[in-house]
Amino acid sequence: MGGSPCLGIEGVSHTFGKTKALQDVSLTVAEGRFVSLLGVNGAGKTTLFSLITRLYDNISGSIEVCGHDVRREAGPALAQLGVVFQSRSLDMSLTIRQNIRYHGALHGIGRREALRRGDAALERVGLLDRADAKVATLSGGQVRRAEIARALLHDPKLLLLDEATVGLDVQSRRDVVSTVRDLVRDQNVGVLWATHLFDEVEPHDDVVVLHKGSVLAKGLASDIAGERTLSDAFLLLTGASETELVS
Amino acid sequence: MSLERLNWKGRLTCFCGIVWREALRFAKQRERFLSALVRPLVWLFLFAAGMRTVQGFPPDPPYQTWISYEVYVAPGLCAMIQLFNGLQSSLSMVYDRETGAMRTLLVSPYPRWFLLSSKLMAGVAVSVVQVYAFLLIAYFWEIEPPLIGYILVLPALILSGMMLGALGLFLSSAIKQLENFAGVMNFVIFPMFFASTALYPLWRVEENSPYVADILRYNPFTYCVELIRFALYAQVNWSALAVVVGTTVLFLGAAIYAYDPSKGMIGRKR
Repeated sequence: MGGSPCLGIEGVSHTFGKTKALQDVSLTVAEGRFVSLLGVNGAGKTTLFSLITRLYDNISGSIEVCGHDVRREAGPALAQLGVVFQSRSLDMSLTIRQNIRYHGALHGIGRREALRRGDAALERVGLLDRADAKVATLSGGQVRRAEIARALLHDPKLLLLDEATVGLDVQSRRDVVSTVRDLVRDQNVGVLWATHLFDEVEPHDDVVVLHKGSVLAKGLASDIAGERTLSDAFLLLTGASETELVS
Repeated sequence: MSLERLNWKGRLTCFCGIVWREALRFAKQRERFLSALVRPLVWLFLFAAGMRTVQGFPPDPPYQTWISYEVYVAPGLCAMIQLFNGLQSSLSMVYDRETGAMRTLLVSPYPRWFLLSSKLMAGVAVSVVQVYAFLLIAYFWEIEPPLIGYILVLPALILSGMMLGALGLFLSSAIKQLENFAGVMNFVIFPMFFASTALYPLWRVEENSPYVADILRYNPFTYCVELIRFALYAQVNWSALAVVVGTTVLFLGAAIYAYDPSKGMIGRKR
């Protein structure tokens, strides 16, 4: 699975009232690896992301980011983490640069340094020429790439992306996926990529299949797929229907 | 990210960034500034002017002479600006939560109590600017407290702004959806404002109904009004100060508790 682990999840469960959202989930993301978290809607992907980012508290099991337990050392753990949430989280009334400056401040990075880093990150995702555009004027794909640039501002070792390509057209999806894969290759960032879109997964990716809150399979995509396509293997594993996959 | 930035210098940068964003948003929302100003001015120019013909008030601390109704009501209107502003920032917190912007704030590596307090202080800074703009206009309407009062009222405004902001912060953690907020406005803002000494002095209410006077006494907003009123006339109302500080600690503690993933309600909600 590559270099040293930048995310280690061990035996994590979570409930909402009587509903079990996650049951005994364990997985690892190593530095420089692109790990796909595959699951249909309601599988528990967003709940898992909320636990990693400390929006929810993990009562059972442990979650470590770069060796820091998120419960006991939340600050150092969150400092190593870049996140692109499923819902858009940029301030639509501000420009990309203003959003980036704000994010930099939230990570203790001063204005000048944040703008310098921001320009570099925007160049990387191909948005430097739109830096002073209001977020509200951007296309869906551009917003996603701007969010990725923002998430990279503080040099995180681990990047979490929750359904980052949902609602994008084919070309924008390709752009976003290739931007993230370039990051993994060039900057040795570990990526946990939650998705239900199989064409975003490559055969050499690590894959974790999450279904109804439980991990059903872990390993290389090519190993999980075997002789079948990955989507067929997924359907067989989970018993999910084709309709669940496209919803 | 370098872990060195988790120090106090980093926190200061974080605090300044949160205030900067709030100020930027406020500057962009001119109508918010205008409505924040128009609301108390309508009360001052129309309501208070109408009441002036009916009554004035005899000397009663902090006033040393007979005063007009406008003079009496002005500190209450300052507190009203802060009441609306405090709950409006909590409205923006609920909005931020629905749009996902709240997540951006909460995944910052700094402690959650620090982030929420910074957000609170940013809202207070905005409300203080609004109050001073109101006082400036009110000056030309014969609301002329001593010059030193304009300086001494600042700490009172910060404290009362914090109390009302902390109340809003706590409410924002308890409100599930934006639509529920209108109800809170009706059930919190109006009762708090009308059941306080903002519009009528306690002794006058007591003359008519001791029961209603008791309600005024138990309303923490009354103490915000009195703290501001006394400070504006260069005096300290110690009991108001104690209540405002105590209530701020209570509301802020409750809000931090509610936003703490290991203790509060956020992690249990869906």
